[in-house]
Amino acid sequence: MLTVTGLSRSFGGVYAVRDVSLSVADGEVCGVIGPNGAGKSTLFNLITGHLTADRGEISFGGRRVERLAPHRRARLGMSIVFQAARVFHGMTVRENVMVGMHGRTRAGFVAAALRLPRHRSDEREIAAEAEHAIDRVGLAEWADRPADRLPIGQQRALQLARALCARPRLLLLDEPASGLRAEERERLAALVEELRAGGLTILLVEHDVAFVTRLADRVTVLDLGQVIADGPPAEVRADPLVRAAYLGQAS
Amino acid sequence: MSAFLTYLLNGLAVGCAIALIASGLVVIHRVTGVVNFAQGTFAVVAGLCVSSLLGLGLPHGVSELAAVAVAALAGLLAGVAAVGRRGTTPLSSLIVTLGVGVLAYAVEIVLWGDQPRSAPGLAGSLSLAGARIQTQHLLVIAVTAATFALLALFFGRTYLGKALTACASNPYAARVVGIDVRRMGLLAFALGGLLGGLAGVLVTPLRPISFDTDVTLIVNGFAAAVFGALTRPVVTLVGALLLGVAETMAAGYGYGSHQLEVALGLMIVVMIVQASRRSALSQEVT
Repeated sequence: MLTVTGLSRSFGGVYAVRDVSLSVADGEVCGVIGPNGAGKSTLFNLITGHLTADRGEISFGGRRVERLAPHRRARLGMSIVFQAARVFHGMTVRENVMVGMHGRTRAGFVAAALRLPRHRSDEREIAAEAEHAIDRVGLAEWADRPADRLPIGQQRALQLARALCARPRLLLLDEPASGLRAEERERLAALVEELRAGGLTILLVEHDVAFVTRLADRVTVLDLGQVIADGPPAEVRADPLVRAAYLGQAS
Repeated sequence: MSAFLTYLLNGLAVGCAIALIASGLVVIHRVTGVVNFAQGTFAVVAGLCVSSLLGLGLPHGVSELAAVAVAALAGLLAGVAAVGRRGTTPLSSLIVTLGVGVLAYAVEIVLWGDQPRSAPGLAGSLSLAGARIQTQHLLVIAVTAATFALLALFFGRTYLGKALTACASNPYAARVVGIDVRRMGLLAFALGGLLGGLAGVLVTPLRPISFDTDVTLIVNGFAAAVFGALTRPVVTLVGALLLGVAETMAAGYGYGSHQLEVALGLMIVVMIVQASRRSALSQEVT
C-alpha cells in the first residue's frame, strides 16, 4: 500500500529525517514510534505532502506520490487525522464531516449554485454517510453544535469521522492518543481495532509506546531521524537499541 | 416628503451598486482570506468595456454579458497574480492586488484614454407614490436582490459553498480532505470579478466611469464589506444599503461633495466598534 524508500529531509543542515525506509502492507496497522525529536512529525508531513522531501521516494498504491500536492494525495485515498485540532470554524460538526467528502462529489459549481437535481442527490447521499460516520465515532449528540467549541478529544473524533467519510485506502493518524483522557483513549483504541477488522490499512504515528504496541501489527522505531528498529511489537520492545533511545542509556 | 422618498429610493439603488462591489470582496475574502483591493478595477474594466462595445454597435444584452465576462477574466488574472503561487500569505496577496489595481490603470489609459465614459442603460423613469425613480435604478435593485439571494443560498446551504468557506477557515485541513485550495481561490477571484463586472455594467449608465473611479467604488464597497466583517453577505447588503441611503441623503440635502467622507466616516466607526468587541471577546477566552 505505502512504501517509503530512502526518505530524507533536513532543516538548516540538520537532518530531521534521514534515509528512512518503511512499508505498510494492505490491511496492516503499522506504528511509528520514537522519543521527542525523533522525526516522527516530519516523516508524517512528508508522507502527507505538507513537507517535500530532499531525497527519497514515496509510493502509494503503486503510484509515485512524493511530488504530489497534499490535496492530490488525499484524493488518491490518504486520509489524515492530526494531533492539532484541524476543524473548520464557524461550521457544525455535521458540516465539517460533510466537507470531508469533497473529493467524491461530481456536481460542479453551477449545479451547486442552481441546486440542480444531481447536486441535490449528491447532498442527500453525503448527509446520510456523514450521519453514519458521526455515530460511529460517538459524536451523535454533538452533530449540530459548532465544531470549534468541542473539547480536544471530540475534535479529534470529528477529524476521524471526516477522514472516514472520504473512504480512505490508508488512514494516517498523528499522535491520536495525546491529550485524551483514559476512557477516550479506550474508545479510540476500540475504534482502531474495529477499523482494522474491517480491513482498513492504518499508519499510526504515536509517542505513547503502550498504545501503539497494543494496536499495531508492526512497529518502526525512529531515533534522531533514523530507523533504529522495525518488526513485531514484542520484538521491538525487547530491542536494546530501542530501550536505550527511550531511556537514554548508552549501551 | 416626496423628495425624501426619491432620495430614499435612489439611495437604495446606489446602495445596491455598492453591495455588488462589496459582495465580490466578501466572496474573495471568505474563500482566500485576502482583501482584494483590485475589486473596484473589475467594475471599471466592465464599465469601460460596455461603453466601447455599445459604441461599436453591439446590441444591449450581448454587450453587457461580454463586459461581465471580461471582468470575470480580469478577476481570474488578478487571482493568478495574488493567490496563484502556493504558500502566499493573505497579506502578501493583498499587496499584490494593490499592484494589480495600479497596473490596471496603465492598461485602461492605453486602451480607453483618461476621459470618463458613459453608456446608455434603460431609459425612462417611473413614478412611485409621488417619487420619481429611474428605470435603471430599478434594474440595479432587481439584479442585486437576485445576486444576493443566490449567494446566500450558495454559501449557506450548499455543500460546495461550505467547501469554499472551509478553504479560508482552515486551508491546511481543507487540503487534507482533498480540496484544491488554490483552485478554489482562483474560482473565488473569478466570481469576484464577475460580481464587480456586474456592478460596473449597472453603474456606468448612471454615472460616467473613468480609470480612477475604482477608488470611490472600493472605498464604498470596503466600508460595506467591513460592516459584514468581510464574511457575511447579508449583513454586507444591509451595510451597503445604509451607506447608499446616507450618501444620497447627504448629497440631496446639500452636502454633495462629501459623499466619500460619509463612507470613510462610517467605515472607521464600524471598524472601531468591531475591534473593541473582538478584544472584549478574546479577553473572555483567556
